[in-house]
Parts: sequence; structure tokens; C-alpha cells
Amino acid sequence: MLERLRRPWPDNRAERTLGAVSLLVCVLVLAMVVFVALRAWPTFSHQGLSWLGSGGDVDKQIGNMVGTSVHPPPSAFFVRAWPIVYGSLLTTAMAVPVALALALLASVFIVELAPAGLRRIAIPVIRLLASVPSVIYGLIGVLVLVPFVGNDLISASQKASVQNVVELTGAGLAVAVAILTVMITPIMVALICEALTSVPRSWREGALALGVNPVRAVSAVTLKAIRPAIVAAVVLATARALGEAVMIQMVSGSRSFAPKPIDGWTFFFEPLRTLASAIIDNSEGLGAPAVRSTVYAFAFLLLFSAFVLSAAGYLIKLPLRKYHVQG
Amino acid sequence: MSTFAPHLEPGQLMHVGPGRRSSPREWRWRDRLMLGAAWAGGLGLCLVAGAIVVYMGVRGIQYLRPGLLFTRPAPGVVQSQSGGFLDPLLGTALLTLVGILLAVPLAVSSAVWIAEYGRPTWLARIVESSIEIVAGTPDIVIAIFGLAIFQLSLFAPFSFTASGGGVYGKSFLAAGAMMSLIALPPLFTATRDGLQAVPTHMREAAFALGKTRITTIRRVLLPSVRSNIATGVTLGVSRIIGDTAIVLLLLGGTLHLEAQGSIPGLNLLKGTGSTLTSYVYDNSPAGEGAAPQKAYAAAFVLLAFVLALNLLVDRIGRAHAAARGLTAAGGVV
Repeated sequence: MLERLRRPWPDNRAERTLGAVSLLVCVLVLAMVVFVALRAWPTFSHQGLSWLGSGGDVDKQIGNMVGTSVHPPPSAFFVRAWPIVYGSLLTTAMAVPVALALALLASVFIVELAPAGLRRIAIPVIRLLASVPSVIYGLIGVLVLVPFVGNDLISASQKASVQNVVELTGAGLAVAVAILTVMITPIMVALICEALTSVPRSWREGALALGVNPVRAVSAVTLKAIRPAIVAAVVLATARALGEAVMIQMVSGSRSFAPKPIDGWTFFFEPLRTLASAIIDNSEGLGAPAVRSTVYAFAFLLLFSAFVLSAAGYLIKLPLRKYHVQG
Repeated sequence: MSTFAPHLEPGQLMHVGPGRRSSPREWRWRDRLMLGAAWAGGLGLCLVAGAIVVYMGVRGIQYLRPGLLFTRPAPGVVQSQSGGFLDPLLGTALLTLVGILLAVPLAVSSAVWIAEYGRPTWLARIVESSIEIVAGTPDIVIAIFGLAIFQLSLFAPFSFTASGGGVYGKSFLAAGAMMSLIALPPLFTATRDGLQAVPTHMREAAFALGKTRITTIRRVLLPSVRSNIATGVTLGVSRIIGDTAIVLLLLGGTLHLEAQGSIPGLNLLKGTGSTLTSYVYDNSPAGEGAAPQKAYAAAFVLLAFVLALNLLVDRIGRAHAAARGLTAAGGVV
């Protein structure tokens, strides 16, 4: 047997074997869609898309499902999950633009402006920031930032103004968005830096020779050339922000409350829950069929958004590819 | 006679010096603002990273005792009684081993197929976009997909079956299989990029000697991309040891490594346990036991592993570049 393996393979068989192994990845992706969709089906079939709407307290609705029987009636699947969906959209929409601006500035600094010595330090440091596990971000958030925000930034009058609706402990939107921004910026910096270094030197030097200052040259020539890479970075960062579960679960106050912008500054301190953190929060209750179906519906929504994001990124990049710079 | 040429006396040399460099002081205020913002952004990110490392380092030195690494966790309410984190440490090692062992063959063979065969083209494109989709899928979705798969009665041998016939679906094998999906994209990309960077004449030389494609791959190409695969493995390992969501959903979260079944070795894989990440999560105020000192100590160990892996990636990259006679690449990641 071993002897047969050691002999040189016929080329055809090798190609077919390797191809079959590669196809396994496609099969896994397909299986992922099918399994998550199948388990989420009851929620969709009993309520259509109306479960995405608002109405009532989601935590209570899911809590009611836990007690239902093995074959629950259609009414047991009742859920109105808008606060959770809104939480996901809100954190992502607040973190991604800030992170993009920060990432553009930082990568221009690293590639074009920083002295060589500083660049040698900055690259590994930012790479480290990208690889810090999310549970460590969450730990720092919940043990350092949350007490700081709760004790020093939220005034007693702010706490009193909403005390009948929600308790402000410091865990909430502000801390979640701040840490999320720090988490997704290095991902974007990595992609944008790689693209910046692949822009031909002569383009920038041409601009400099025309008498433009270095900052102008970067913003007018280099950044325009790497637009596909910027789109790719935004897509990847958005996917990461939507899917971040553990850190958000740790620092967001763990209540399905929808922060309300009319509350003024208090808005930033109100707790929230996202789709991904709701999955972690309800993972203990998966034994109840209604809870399971609801949680898989959340997962299906996340999976769907991952597909939409990667398709959107591809479509946006198509007309931007004229400079043949990678991305 | 040109009007623009400077008028020079005979014997006088034209003054040629370094061109006057434009100083930021003469720029428009918008450009100066952007220059300042770029410096602030770059330095700010470095400062945040530095602050995290220094803070975790201080807390780690404060709370980490060597004894913690070698004592098993105990179900104590008070922090002084809850033991160390030997089991989570072993759990991390075991889970990483399972995940990487499953990921490497899958990633390397699909990278080889894409880079060296890749026919038919549409199929190759589908494989590549599937891997892209795996890279963009949140780990929590992969985790809950794993739960759906491993709770099928078909996969009952891989985890613990309750007396009623319900399949638990949580074990080192289940979590490791899903971890291999997390490690797959970086491993695949590193290997494929390495193969595509191998000059064509190396393949042509092997073909000229009468080697088949697969022999060329095994004897020439794979050895020459060894360092790329090593980089990919390191990136994959750092993904696996840092992931929490899959561990929380698929590893059972038991305090000790609980073996299932009677076959030694396999029973550990079928059993449940915890890792450093889930230990940190459980001991933080977000989890059940509020033991911040233990959480800090374990998080420090975790961060030390991640730092070490980062340094390793750097060293592999530098050694590789030196071997190829290139300077170290300026790219990040």
C-alpha cells in the first residue's frame, strides 16, 4: 500500500484527486447555506419577513419560547427582532466610516510619509493590533472602558433621565463602537498598505515633478489608483464588524434595547444587542425548537449579508479596475 | 538663441544644486491639515497597540503566577480557590492541532490545484470565490453551522450521545473541524501566492527532464514554497487560538478535559473541554464567574502566544526574502 503511494502518480489521477479536494470547499459552503436555511425555515414560514419588524421586547419574546413544547404551534415562533437588527446596523454604520478615515490616514502615513525608522516599527505594531483576539478586546472593554464610561462620563442626571426604561452602566453603544473601530482599522490598513506599495513609483514622482506637494500627490494620484483596494478593504471590514460577536456581547450591556438618537448624548451610552451577540447569548437555549429556529434565522441573516457584501464588492470594483493596480 | 536659457558669462558655470524642497509651512492649510492628520492617525494606532500590550503586560505580571499554568481549574467561588488554567491551556493546544491538521491538506491541495491545474476555469473561479466567502463569513455563523452538522445522527460517533439518543454535537473534533474553516483562507492564500511567484523556468526545467506535472509539484514546487506554507500555518494557528465563538458553541465549555468513550486518544477528541479564550470569557464579568484576576492572567498568556506567532511570521518572511536575495517586503500581513 505504502509502496503504491510512493510510486509517481499518473498525472490524470493527481489532477482529479486535487480537484476533488478543492471541490470539498464549495460543498462545505453550499452545506453551510442549506443547513442554516433549513433550521431557520420555521421562523420564516410562520411569519414571513415580518419578524424583522419592531414591536415588543425581543428578550421577553425569546424567553417565552424556551418553555414551548417539542412541536410548538406557529404562534410560539412569534418574534419582532428589529432592535437586534438595528443594533447590528448601527454599530457597523458608526464604526466603518471612522475606521476607513483612520485607515486611509494611517496607511498613507506608513507608506508615503513616515521616516524609514518609524515605518519599521509601525508595520509590525499595526499587524499585531489586527491579530489581538477579540476576547482580549472584550476583556479590556468590560474591565477598563465600561467602568470608566459608567463612572466618569455618564452624569447622574443622565442616568436618572432614563431610569424607568433602561439602566445605564457604561456598557453600551459608545464602548462597543470605539473598540469595534480599533478592531477593524488594522484590517483595512493591511489591505490599503499593500495596494499603496504596488502603485508604480513613477506615477507619484511624476506628480511631484510637476510641483505638487507630497500630500497632494498622494490624494490626487495614489489614492485614486487604489480605489478597488479601498472598496475591498471596506467590504472586509464591514463583514468583520457585522460578524463580531464575542467582544460586542461582553461590552454592549447585553440588553435588546434600541438606542434612540432623540435622547441626545445619552444615546451613546444606551445598551444594545447585535445579531451576532444574540446568537451567543441564546446558545444555551438551542434545545427549544422555537429558540433554535429564531437563532438560526439570525445566523441566516448574517450569512446572507456576507454573500451580499462580497457580491457588492465585486460589482463596485469592476469599473474601477482601469489602472491595473491590484485590489 | 533661446530666450529662456540663463545668460552666462564665458567661463561661468551654471549653478546646479539640490532643488529647493517645499516645506510644509508653505503648503495650503488643507494639505497641512491632512499631513498632520496622517501623522496623528498613524501614531495614534501605534499608541493604541502599545497601550494594549503594556496594559496587558502589567496586569499579567501582577496576576500571573507560574503555579497557575500547572494547576487544574477547580469549581471555586472565590478567586483564590478556583485553581489555575492547565486544562484550558491543553485544550487550546489540542484544538489547534486538530484544526491545523484538518486545514493544511485541504488548503494546500486546493492551492496547488488552483495554481498548477485550474481547469476548467469556471470551476477554479467557483473554488476561489467559495474560499473568499468562507473568509468573509463571521466565525459565529461557522460555529452555529458546525452545531447543525454535528448534531446530525450521521455524525454521532464524533461527539457524546445522550441516553435519549440526542446527539450533543460538541467535542474537540467538532470544534476542530470548524476551526479548520477559520484557518483555511490565510493558508490557501499564502500557498497560492507562493506557487504563483515561483518562476516558470523552474517548472520548465523539470518538464525538460521528463518529469510529470505532479512530480514537479512534489519535488520542485512544494519544497520551494515551504516557507509560504509555514507563514500560512502560523497565521492559521493565530486565528485558531484567538477564536472564541466556535469554542463557546462547539467545545461544551466544561472546566476540565472530559473524555468520552474508552479508546485512549480518541476519547479526548470526542470529549469536551475549554480553551484559553473561553476561560477568559467565562471569568470576565460577561461570563458566569467574575474572576477578573484569572481572566487577566489567562489573557496575558494568550496575548503572549499571539505576539510570539507574530514574531514567527516576521522571521519566516525575512528568512525567505533573504534566501531569495530580496529585501524584506514592506507590505503589512
